[in-house]
Amino acid sequence: MRIVVQEAPFDFGAEAQDFASGHTDMGAIVTFTGVVRDIAGDRLDRMVIEHYPGMTEKALEGIAEEAVSRWNLGDVLVIHRYGDLRPGDMIMMVATAAPHRKDAFEAAEYLMDYLKSRAPFWKQEFTSDGGKWVAAKDEDEDALSRW
Amino acid sequence: MTITVLYFAWVRERIGLPRETVETEAATVADLVAELCTGEERYAAAFADLSALRVALDQELSDFDAPLEGVREVAFFPPMTGG
Repeated sequence: MRIVVQEAPFDFGAEAQDFASGHTDMGAIVTFTGVVRDIAGDRLDRMVIEHYPGMTEKALEGIAEEAVSRWNLGDVLVIHRYGDLRPGDMIMMVATAAPHRKDAFEAAEYLMDYLKSRAPFWKQEFTSDGGKWVAAKDEDEDALSRW
Repeated sequence: MTITVLYFAWVRERIGLPRETVETEAATVADLVAELCTGEERYAAAFADLSALRVALDQELSDFDAPLEGVREVAFFPPMTGG
């Protein structure tokens, strides 16, 4: 299990390749990457992600440990950036390795659902009108109930 | 007791600082909020709607009824938007 919280960009290809290599007993690798998306109407200049150093790492570790206890997983990777990002930049990635794909897919979805509303990150979008904090969506909170 | 209080995102902006050290005898988080709100107007503005806020005690999510005994760090912030 590897949890990384960093300001710098990450190399998705290299991370995925590294994560997928070296297992002989894991038949399924799932990766998900979140990308900064331009917003409808006004052009997004940049996104700034704030986080709570210390709690962020603990929360991500807790979420990953819970995934490992619920599904048959060989490995979990979570990388999440903070700081200044531009449209098209990769914000975060999760990867799961499991003997079979169902566990790998479900655990990746679980990780995404939980880190959206239980890891202490806050996004602020900047357009020509200035900065606006992204509001949490009810559907993101509702998504937790299915687990 | 001495508690470090942290603020994030728009809570930090409304209060105007990221952290402060508070000397308090507040029994619960809600008591601490009430105490902070007796100070400058910006506190009352930030804490106007507690349902829009989340709280963490020593870096674990908690709630406003939770006791503060033994707690060293309290953080207030809006619902999280990771991912």
